[in-house]
Amino acid sequence: MKVKDLLGHGFEALSLPDGDREIDGVYIGDLLSWVMGRAQMDNAWITIMNNVNVVAVASLADTSCVILAEGVAMTDELKETAEAKDVNVLGSADPIFETAVRLAGLIG
Amino acid sequence: MSDSLVFHFDVDGENFTSAGQASTQVKKNLRQLGLSPAIIRRVSIAMYEGEINMVIHADGGTADVIVTEEYIEIVLADQGPGIKNVEQAMQEGFSTATDSIRSLGFGAGMGLPNMKRYTDSMQIDTVVGQGTTITMRVDL
Repeated sequence: MKVKDLLGHGFEALSLPDGDREIDGVYIGDLLSWVMGRAQMDNAWITIMNNVNVVAVASLADTSCVILAEGVAMTDELKETAEAKDVNVLGSADPIFETAVRLAGLIG
Repeated sequence: MSDSLVFHFDVDGENFTSAGQASTQVKKNLRQLGLSPAIIRRVSIAMYEGEINMVIHADGGTADVIVTEEYIEIVLADQGPGIKNVEQAMQEGFSTATDSIRSLGFGAGMGLPNMKRYTDSMQIDTVVGQGTTITMRVDL
């Protein structure tokens, strides 16, 4: 499933420079170094962390997208950096667990 | 190694929000060289962790990335406080980062373990009060 295919299923696009990127698996976490060490390439990464370092971690760990759960806000700085570094960021108003369950149902 | 490439970066110790710039640039450079995404990912992660460590603990430093036909070497050098107990620092979960660093999502005690995990070899040369040099290699 492509990142852009999540739109309209409870996920909104906050930064979508590479919507055609394929999602392969999901990782959930907020400790950046932990995520860096454990997330797999092409994972969708669900987090509530919204500082600008999230973009660097997503870019370097090569995740397919970041999903900000729990309605966490996209800051201007985060949006700017994400677009500059070609990092997809989606938003979900639901809590992390519900977000993950919905995502699991979509990617199968 | 007359055909090796060297990329040099100064890592700014003051600017936490721009940390990762050197790693991001290396990722771009390696991509242009046509290296595989898996190799690029390993180098990028190892270097980013080192870069973050230099910002958190050592007020910055330098990063050199040497690309040869056989391996990629990353040399991170700082003049920070040094590592008092390397064995302890290598344990997952051990961290001396402050609460403000932790609030940004760092300080999980995964930096050095991640660097080791994603490289084929890692050497730490550290002198308390003088600084630390970490040399990592990813074989091609």
